[in-house]
Amino acid sequence: MNAFVQLDLTPLLIGVLAAIACALPGNFLLLRRQALIGDAISHVVLPGIVVAFLVTGTITTWPMMLGAGGAAIVAVVLIEAVRRLGRIEPGAAMGVVFTAMFAAGVLLLEQTDTSGVHIDVEHALYGSLESLIWLSADGWGSLLDPVALAGLPPELPRMAAAAALIALLTGVFWRPLKLSTFDEGFAATLGLPVAAISLGLVVAAAVAAVAAFDAVGSIIVIAMFICPPAAARLMTNRLERQVAWSVAFATLSAVLGYVLAGWGPLWLGGTHAVSAAGMIATVSGVILALACLLGPHRARVGAAREA
Amino acid sequence: MDTGFWQAFLAALALQAGYNSALVAVGAGLLGAAAGAGGTFLFLRKRALVSDAVAHATLPGIGIAFILMVMLGGEGRSLPGLLLGSAVSATVGLFLVEWIARRTRLPEDAAIGAVLSVFFGFGIVLLTVIQTMSSGRQAGLESFLLGSTAGMLYADAVTIAVGGALCVGVVLLLRRPMTIVSFDPDWAAASGVSVRGVDLAIMGLVMAVTVIGLKIVGLILVVALLIIPPVTARFWTERTERVVWIAGALGGAAGYLGAALSASAPDLPTGPLIVLVSFGLFMLSLLLAPVRGVAAALWRHRRFQHDVHRRQGLLALARREAIFDRLTLKVLRREGLIRPDGVETPDGAAQAAKVLRDEKRWDVARRVYRDETIAGRYDGLTSIEAVLTRDEIAELDRRLGPPVSVGPRIAGAVP
Repeated sequence: MNAFVQLDLTPLLIGVLAAIACALPGNFLLLRRQALIGDAISHVVLPGIVVAFLVTGTITTWPMMLGAGGAAIVAVVLIEAVRRLGRIEPGAAMGVVFTAMFAAGVLLLEQTDTSGVHIDVEHALYGSLESLIWLSADGWGSLLDPVALAGLPPELPRMAAAAALIALLTGVFWRPLKLSTFDEGFAATLGLPVAAISLGLVVAAAVAAVAAFDAVGSIIVIAMFICPPAAARLMTNRLERQVAWSVAFATLSAVLGYVLAGWGPLWLGGTHAVSAAGMIATVSGVILALACLLGPHRARVGAAREA
Repeated sequence: MDTGFWQAFLAALALQAGYNSALVAVGAGLLGAAAGAGGTFLFLRKRALVSDAVAHATLPGIGIAFILMVMLGGEGRSLPGLLLGSAVSATVGLFLVEWIARRTRLPEDAAIGAVLSVFFGFGIVLLTVIQTMSSGRQAGLESFLLGSTAGMLYADAVTIAVGGALCVGVVLLLRRPMTIVSFDPDWAAASGVSVRGVDLAIMGLVMAVTVIGLKIVGLILVVALLIIPPVTARFWTERTERVVWIAGALGGAAGYLGAALSASAPDLPTGPLIVLVSFGLFMLSLLLAPVRGVAAALWRHRRFQHDVHRRQGLLALARREAIFDRLTLKVLRREGLIRPDGVETPDGAAQAAKVLRDEKRWDVARRVYRDETIAGRYDGLTSIEAVLTRDEIAELDRRLGPPVSVGPRIAGAVP
């Protein structure tokens, strides 16, 4: 059991927290038909982090977070500007902006001497969940030992804070979020600041993406923004239940994905673990596929009778 | 940028920077042209981001193809084999996007995001499997993520060039039906074009471009080649066929320039440079395009503002009302219609009388002609001479009565 606490507990917790933090705003993005915002944000985080590294010269938490958050906001503003100024459909505007920013990030990264620090494109894409181990732990008792707790990988408290913040925000702004998501016009007549709510949602998504990105890479971020909420959408017609389902699916994906990545190959006779981030995304996809085939509310309203 | 860089850049542009980079530049140019032209149809169908799902969905196919080729005792890194595998898994991904969007109530953007992230995640799993295979350590499949042109083999370059040329050929052959379908699918169906078939052809083209582009640009950025040139081309014309041609030209130019730039100095990755050149062309178009560009829109806005202030200022002069608005005063002063102290010049008085008469004629005209075609043209700026014939205006003047002197009485004298 000691090995579990040392090697697997923290990555597992970080994975679950990251999945939940992304799935919560993902529900609202999905219903607002902005699901791909998560995709765009997780691509533009890379240039943000590289620029932050160029400015500060170090890889520390706050500059990275600020850089990534700044890049996400720049991207959202740029997408909006391109869409309005050029009268371009939102999907194409998004495609123009996030590919260009990602390309700039890769170019900057290649041009910079990053040999001394751990920052590269592969890491940005699929993170290194497996490496976030808790070496100073020697059993469950360490959870109460301040000395051992000080040796926790810094990603865990950061991810926990981000997940808690997002859960809190979702709870506090539940009614305005729900109203403006389902009927923006009605919400506006009630005097709700719909534009601010919309921007706030994107910023919350960016916070989740940036916090999760550092620990688990962008591929989980995109998968968790979309797959658990999409599967949950096929399970129920009530927003409350949809959010609950999405949290359950996100947790299940993270746990099952981590376990399968770590032990699955051994069961199949292999010797090496596979990428946990990739496996978590894969499991979330399998859950979504099952929901698409079996979910009680999978069909469009009215489509069942026609088909 | 020093002179050495420019010399290297010019040499690369003239295909004199070595055999390999010349091959890459030609291949990238062809690929860019095919992607730009093919992406246009996707863009006009408003499905630009489907290509992102297609691109990411290639990764598991690359992994599976590698594993299969190794298991069959092959080399594993043969480019045609990997490309074939990527095409198969991209097809599966595309099919799933369509199936989810059609059969479930999830919108297409959710389907795109789900497919791209799950396929990509599964591809990463396969890559880690391959890394642990005895022959896989040097596989270098990661290079498909961001593309890599260093050490490209002659055979690879030929594959890319031939593939790009074939795609350009397909666009040339099918441009008519593809144009019709992406412009107006209902009309296309009514005139006997198989919308489903043409849609499939468009998707096949997109997939071909994606697969060929993997080696140079990489699967994360190849979508940019399909999206940015058509969006850019749309700024320059309102005609569908021209969007296709311009997008092809822009894409080809971006591919060629980007490849030449990257050959000019070390540490300049080809894929990102092609994307950034393309984005640079986009920004130029966004700002400077003649009708839809930002500069043109600003100019139109200023022009309109000027016209409104001029007309309202002249009307105020004619009606002897005081003008307080600074911009109005500035416009009138600049055109010599009022003196610096605010008193009207003879020219200003004449213009004011003319504008007032125009406004009064409009008043009558809007009562006489109640239909949209005439009354709807009234916007407070258009001169009535531009809308009615001389006879009709004479009739209006008859109803208005004889000219009266411009003075304070006018306000009360409106019939």
